[in-house]
Amino acid sequence: MAKYVLKRILLMILTFFVIVTICFMLIRLLPRELPMEENLREVMLARFEALGYNEPLLVQFGIYLKNIFTNWDFGTSWYVQFRADAWDVLMDRLWPTVLVNFYSFLVSVPLGLALGIYAAVRKNKWQDHLISTLVMVFVSVPSYVYGFLVQYFLYFKAGLFPLTVSSLADAGGSWFTWTMFYSMIPPIIALSFGQIAGLCRFTRAELTETLTSDYMLLARTKGLTRSQATTRHALKNAMVPILPMIISTFISILAGSMVIEQIFAIPGVGQLYIRSINLLDYDVFMMDTVFYVFVGLLAGIVVDISYGFIDPRIRMGKKK
Amino acid sequence: MKNTTEFTHIPKDMFEFVNHGERISDKKFEDKPIGYFKDAWIRFCKNKASIVAAVIILCILAFAFIAPLAITTHNATFMDTYYSRKPPRNELLSNIGIADGGTNRDFSEQGIVKAVAVGMGAEDHDGSGTVTLEEGMASEYQPILDIMGSREVSEIRGVPPRTIYSARIENYLEVGFLYLSIPQSQYYQILEWQEETGLQVLYPLIANNEYTMDAADANYWYKMDSRGNPVRTTAGEAEVIEYAEGMVLEDNYRRDENGNPVYYEYTGGGNHETAQFRVRVLYYNYYQYRNGFTPQYLLGTDSQGYDLTLRLADGIKLSVLLAICVSAINLVIGAIYGAVEGYYGGAVDMVMERIVDVLANVPFVVVATLFQMHLATRVGAIPSLLFAFVLTGWISTAARTRTQFYRFKGQEYVLAARTLGARDRRIIWKHIFPNSLGTIITASALVIPGVINTESMLSYLGIVKLNTSSVTSLGNLLASASSIWTSYPHLMLFPAIVISLLMICFNLFGNGLRDAFNPSLRGVEE
Repeated sequence: MAKYVLKRILLMILTFFVIVTICFMLIRLLPRELPMEENLREVMLARFEALGYNEPLLVQFGIYLKNIFTNWDFGTSWYVQFRADAWDVLMDRLWPTVLVNFYSFLVSVPLGLALGIYAAVRKNKWQDHLISTLVMVFVSVPSYVYGFLVQYFLYFKAGLFPLTVSSLADAGGSWFTWTMFYSMIPPIIALSFGQIAGLCRFTRAELTETLTSDYMLLARTKGLTRSQATTRHALKNAMVPILPMIISTFISILAGSMVIEQIFAIPGVGQLYIRSINLLDYDVFMMDTVFYVFVGLLAGIVVDISYGFIDPRIRMGKKK
Repeated sequence: MKNTTEFTHIPKDMFEFVNHGERISDKKFEDKPIGYFKDAWIRFCKNKASIVAAVIILCILAFAFIAPLAITTHNATFMDTYYSRKPPRNELLSNIGIADGGTNRDFSEQGIVKAVAVGMGAEDHDGSGTVTLEEGMASEYQPILDIMGSREVSEIRGVPPRTIYSARIENYLEVGFLYLSIPQSQYYQILEWQEETGLQVLYPLIANNEYTMDAADANYWYKMDSRGNPVRTTAGEAEVIEYAEGMVLEDNYRRDENGNPVYYEYTGGGNHETAQFRVRVLYYNYYQYRNGFTPQYLLGTDSQGYDLTLRLADGIKLSVLLAICVSAINLVIGAIYGAVEGYYGGAVDMVMERIVDVLANVPFVVVATLFQMHLATRVGAIPSLLFAFVLTGWISTAARTRTQFYRFKGQEYVLAARTLGARDRRIIWKHIFPNSLGTIITASALVIPGVINTESMLSYLGIVKLNTSSVTSLGNLLASASSIWTSYPHLMLFPAIVISLLMICFNLFGNGLRDAFNPSLRGVEE
């Protein structure tokens, strides 16, 4: 097991390095935007020169790596937050993303699991048909449509919630105040629809498969009641693929949803990405890219390894 | 269990031989064999949800292709800035109460007077000053369709309550009068056109004096005080006119020495072609003069003044065509890549899998952004979006093909083919590939909704900019509506409905296809 984990991590690091290299080259190839104002322009040109932005690409990459390993310096933001450290800029925006997505995770996992299990147990009855139809609809509808629906009904019709998430100053300087949580409820709801539906569909599919397997028949024959057999045998086996999916959702909390952040004006990682593109702030863009790549890879590897822990028979990616 | 016990004791005489004596073992089958694809087709047809989904998809596509043909008066690049963000308006449909171009709104007293004054002013084109409220309401240019009621609202204590009227207003007629600067030649054309059609376009200019609140607003043709209340002037004294039955507004037209209203003002320019005239027009009629038809927009107009119906049709075409292209290209690349990987295995597989690893782990949004930044100016936004989709999209198809090849390449019939001297290429495409075709095709069908969703998301976020007069996408329509949709819900409603329907239907359709092509599900549904 340890050897397997180590191998996966090494491969992940290799992939990570290759992707970061490619992204770095492609981003540094883009022409830099300079401000119109003469003095600032001069200052920035001088800074670019000093930071080695005019060196050949490979030298630039060397400098970039050296700065990361020696100073944990991922570059400088020029437009999003003038001369702030790209790493700090990203970290400032991590909390709102994580919080909104974590709350939504807390809501959607139990609901999705419960609905999925219910639908699987009531397979081909009206409850199952109802849930499956709704799931189909909710999985398909794009996330921004939820955003608008939630805003329309909760803000315009009912007037219950604010239109967008409160700023840090309004909420008393902390992400953990009640005002902040209250204003986060609409994006949490908007995010949850899709997640609940996705998890519900997955759970239903897995559980129906285990419910029809032979060991279930055996369990019933040896005298277990239907509910006993379901909870003790079917559910346990169905959890083998479901649990890694939940884990991967949990890790993707870090990346968040760009669309929802844009609609509800959450000052998070996704919004930072859009802003860095619009302002052509390449170092922040690079930082955000590195972050997204890392989260994606991390989710993948944790899922693969968790399969091995949950069900020791499984080794993902092993030879056939 | 019940069913089977019923058949355990069937009396012997109930049985009869189908065939007796004749040898049929060497005969050919009389009916046609049902192959894999035919079987899939039969089972797909049994899936009602998928059929309904397919029909809805066809309807949406039909709308996208027929709407530009059915709307003969203008095309997708037709644009009118004064009639932007207007709700649906269609004369045929307005007879049954929908698409009348109206919205319900609340008006203050000054507001409702301003609105009804458009209709009254349209009737009072010679400044006779005898048009009553009732005559104005009966005018065909009257924006107020219906006054549903009024209520008293007191906001501040001590101040007498204000009356708020809730009314239905026609948004196209509400534009009312506008000041335009036109060349002299056009001025005479309009006069001719007025003679021909009997429709009044040119209206008297308004005097710029103390009786107007906003000299730039061509709808303030009546005398008013500084707060916008209509007034009647008698011997220099202004007296506020109440909004009530039989209300007559006093015009504030600019008049020459003889007391006749002035219709144009010379603002500059040389000869009779270039001389610029400032005129005041009734925009609804001016629109007819310019275009030859009345404004009719089945789904209203978008935020820039394009016909939303045609923009929507363009968006659907773009999204669906892009999605189909992407899934077709991915099918080809993925199939070839996966086949080579799966068939040769070993070191080839190892290397190719690492390439896949790298490509698969670059977040798609980053790929799309980089492609846009590098290529959009050179090859255009749509091709670079297509490249981005193609760059990583084939990976799932390749993985599927690879697994299928691992499954089949060790089987005896492949060995037999190889023994008979078949080359690799023949074994791959003739023997193994057809076996995996079903799963690959269904996977590509499910790529379509994914591409539609991602494309609309990217253009919604502004990462892909597809907003020109000739090209638009559903995501773009939503993005341009996102900041103003609370006042103009139709801008959001129609694109959102279309994209949701497309997504749901393509997913249902793809699921139906997948189930039909999955032989292990045969007989499970019944």
